[in-house]
Amino acid sequence: MTKILVVSERHEAKVKRVTLEALGAAHALSSKEGGQVAALLIGNEVASQADTLSAGGAQKVYLADDPKLALYSSEAYATLVADVAKKMDATLILLGATAMGKDLGPKVAAKLEGAFAGDCTGLALNDEGAFVATRPIYGGKAIATVKCQQAQFQVVTLRPNVFPVHPPAPSAKAEIEKVTTTTDFSLLKAIVKEVLTVVASKVELTEAQIIVSGGRGLKAPENFKLIEELADALGAAVGASRAAVDAGWKPHSYQVGLTGKTVSPLLYIACGISGAIQHQAGMSSSKYIVAINNDPNAPIFKIANYGIVADLFDVVPLLIEEVKKLKAA
Amino acid sequence: MNIAVCIKQVPATESKIKPAADGLDIDRTGLSYVVNPYDEFGVEEALKIKEQLDTGTVTVITIGPEKAVEALRTCLAVGADEAIHIKDDALTGGDALCTARVLAAALKKGNYDLIFFGRQAIDDDSGAVGIHVAELLGLPHVAGINKFELNADGLKAVAHRQIEGAAEVVEARLPAIFTCQKELNEPRYASLPGIMKAKQKPMTVWSLADLDLSAEDVGASAAKVKLEKITSPPVREAGKTIDGDTAHAVSELVRLLHEEAKVL
Ligand SMILES: Cc1cc2nc3c(=O)[nH]c(=O)nc-3n(C[C@H](O)[C@H](O)[C@H](O)COP(=O)(O)OP(=O)(O)OC[C@H]3O[C@@H](n4cnc5c(N)ncnc54)[C@H](O)[C@@H]3O)c2cc1C
Ligand SMILES: Nc1ncnc2c1ncn2[C@@H]1O[C@H](COP(=O)(O)O)[C@@H](O)[C@H]1O
Repeated sequence: MTKILVVSERHEAKVKRVTLEALGAAHALSSKEGGQVAALLIGNEVASQADTLSAGGAQKVYLADDPKLALYSSEAYATLVADVAKKMDATLILLGATAMGKDLGPKVAAKLEGAFAGDCTGLALNDEGAFVATRPIYGGKAIATVKCQQAQFQVVTLRPNVFPVHPPAPSAKAEIEKVTTTTDFSLLKAIVKEVLTVVASKVELTEAQIIVSGGRGLKAPENFKLIEELADALGAAVGASRAAVDAGWKPHSYQVGLTGKTVSPLLYIACGISGAIQHQAGMSSSKYIVAINNDPNAPIFKIANYGIVADLFDVVPLLIEEVKKLKAA
Repeated sequence: MNIAVCIKQVPATESKIKPAADGLDIDRTGLSYVVNPYDEFGVEEALKIKEQLDTGTVTVITIGPEKAVEALRTCLAVGADEAIHIKDDALTGGDALCTARVLAAALKKGNYDLIFFGRQAIDDDSGAVGIHVAELLGLPHVAGINKFELNADGLKAVAHRQIEGAAEVVEARLPAIFTCQKELNEPRYASLPGIMKAKQKPMTVWSLADLDLSAEDVGASAAKVKLEKITSPPVREAGKTIDGDTAHAVSELVRLLHEEAKVL
């Protein structure tokens, strides 16, 4: 029987969408063979989030609610995940490929001597009951298919915005089991002292459904206002090319690409971005790509679903108007 | 302060990548190679710390084929003091945890206070090795750091780690492992004298036997994750360029996004 443990992640007091996507993936896998889908909820005063996890497909919720767990700790969280994974004899442990998941996944896999596959965009069960994952490598220029070689403790992180969520079942009630941390916090060798909120875009880039990105074509930092206005009209996140980041127009947390973030939105609008291969490395798995660029030979047009060859300073203000009109309609 | 930096040689970022005929590697003909960009941040940070303290050594370590020695030389040329090259045919087919076991064994032989890794290698894009090593060695780690500061007493360090919409400020007791993210620093380039001097710097070569490891521990048979195949991603066909005057093109774009793509 396939037993899947999804490690839940929250933003403020809400379960992240990527957790619901992981539950969706878990459900699809376990319904094939018959299995169990559990979620692990970690934090301080997080019990109320169990309902969202039940509705999202968790049959059981392990709840680790403790003031000591309010802030992320790689060691304490990984120990907890490993303890629960052993307790339920998990076949598969799923996490979002977020800052937390990317940290926790390899740590848990090493603790459990398990298999690790990171940032996966496909996950299936083969005829022998082994997990087969697909993951982009070389910045998305190739796709690797990997097979987990052992029957338990396979740790997989899932790229956000790729896996469909399970249709919500609001009346579902998961069984809740409390679990406690076995970590002696006085012995921790690394501690999160504080979390500094960077006022980044209102919508987090890696989880955004729509992203509007600006590049060197914007010519000056103040022109990012245009990108932000368009993003606001669309309810989108703002991104930037490395050229815009290196020029100091936006902090690195906005950078999309090989040495920035990997994003997978439904819609990616590139304004004044040439589409260098290193930029594509971070955004080529977007579902729809729109390019606005005055150079018809810019490489971005080779991967764009829709392109407008024109001056972005003409296009973007009109686009803002049109989007507002559509939203008002 | 003894500092180690684990580095990997990877194809240059602008390389065209195609699967090899057997589908189990990429076609490596004509590729040029560089030091993994994230590892360069680690080397730079190590050099800065050494300069700041005016003491210590910076050791760069890689596991890789013969050719990987070039990457080590590049790091020596920018200022690292010594290099360790681990190569063994028995390593073929291992996974990230196998790589980590080998690096952990090598790191144990030195007495390092600080160990830097890249956030991820831009070939396998795994982002696992540094964190695996930390767990194997029982050391604290901070992953994806873009700011690093050593405490005055030299016993602890404070690093900033980029997370969604925020930064975690993490204090770690040394010895500790840090994986480096862009923004940490601006890696320097090698100077001509630096390149000349690099040739005289110590280069140690180790096989698995030198680390008391065998193929069963770290080779293909020990891998929990097996590569089945490498394929090309689905080709993205260029779509429509919307012609006509700008106002028309924009309203057509919005119509297409709404009606055809159904994303608005
Ligand atoms: C190791 C390495 C890592 C890298 N990592 C990244 C990364 O993570 N992310 C990244 O983005 N890049 C990365 N790069 C850099 C990448 O190679 C490009 O240099 C960068 O993406 C260029 O940014 P850009 O498209 O904004 O600028 P440019 O290439 O200069 O393009 C600007 C575009 O704007 C257009 N334009 C100008 N004016 C207008 C106008 N008025 N209206 C409309 N269009 C206009 C131009 O036609 C041009 O196509 C990396 C490079 C290396 C070597
Ligand atoms: N073969 C290797 N030799 C030395 N260091 C490596 C090797 N592979 C990975 N690393 C280190 O581990 C980091 C993460 O790699 P990865 O987990 O493969 O993405 C890299 O940035 C390097 O610092």
